[in-house]
Amino acid sequence: MLLGPSLALSAMLFALGLVGVLVRRNAIVVFMCIELMLNAVNLALVAFSQVHGTSGQIMVFFVMTVAAAEAAVGLAIILAIFRHVQSVDLKQFNLLKG
Amino acid sequence: MTAVTVVFGVFAVWAVLSALLCITRANPVASALWLVSTMFALAGIFVLLNAEFIAVIQVLVYAGAVMVLFLFVIMLLNVDAMPTEWKRWPGWLLAGGVSAVLLAELVALRAYSPERLARELSTMPDSLAIPAYVFPHATATGPDPRGVVGQIAEPLFQAYLIPFEITSVLLLAAVIGAVVLAKKRL
Repeated sequence: MLLGPSLALSAMLFALGLVGVLVRRNAIVVFMCIELMLNAVNLALVAFSQVHGTSGQIMVFFVMTVAAAEAAVGLAIILAIFRHVQSVDLKQFNLLKG
Repeated sequence: MTAVTVVFGVFAVWAVLSALLCITRANPVASALWLVSTMFALAGIFVLLNAEFIAVIQVLVYAGAVMVLFLFVIMLLNVDAMPTEWKRWPGWLLAGGVSAVLLAELVALRAYSPERLARELSTMPDSLAIPAYVFPHATATGPDPRGVVGQIAEPLFQAYLIPFEITSVLLLAAVIGAVVLAKKRL
């Protein structure tokens, strides 16, 4: 039974993704770190589905769909902002600042 | 130590190292490729956890489609390693602190076991009815007679049919939204 080790690995990957989100300034890399966190959650769901039946795997299926949609829309937003400020530096993304 | 545990360890070390390299490489293309490596390692772990269908989808959708989209945008925008890539030390301190707390919390979850959950739920007052879906069928694992895809497909197209249909609407909205946002002039 790999439930415990899987949860530990999931926790480590989630924490690494969080560090990436908080530390990096490149908007695209921050996006990739969010994908890493989603993957960590998927791992936890699959690990639990071993114990509680296949519902967890269905959740993973939906998480993946939402992640794909989120990546497409998010990257489109980054493209649109890049046209304004000619950069993907999060420091330059202050369009909503008064 | 069984063979499965050893293979799991190999994939786990691979995943964590790739994730570390992903968040530390200054070049976004290198970051993206290390993230692909992490996803492949996770696909291997999914196979070990008897989720073969999810493993295939992981490679197709995540390592294939989503990361290709990321690489396309990185190369389209021609972003290189930025001189202002790293935040100053308060950001690092915050990131380290928050992540350490979260990591401790999530690792504490390892104390979880189905039996313990059942014991704690049984001490709850009856007014808090235990939803039926907490223990749908925590039965033996063993090979499912419906096959690898069948055991996903049956609940997906029966119990989860409505969410599945709503997902298609979500994807349509995402497609239209992405085109509207990324196009200069419609």
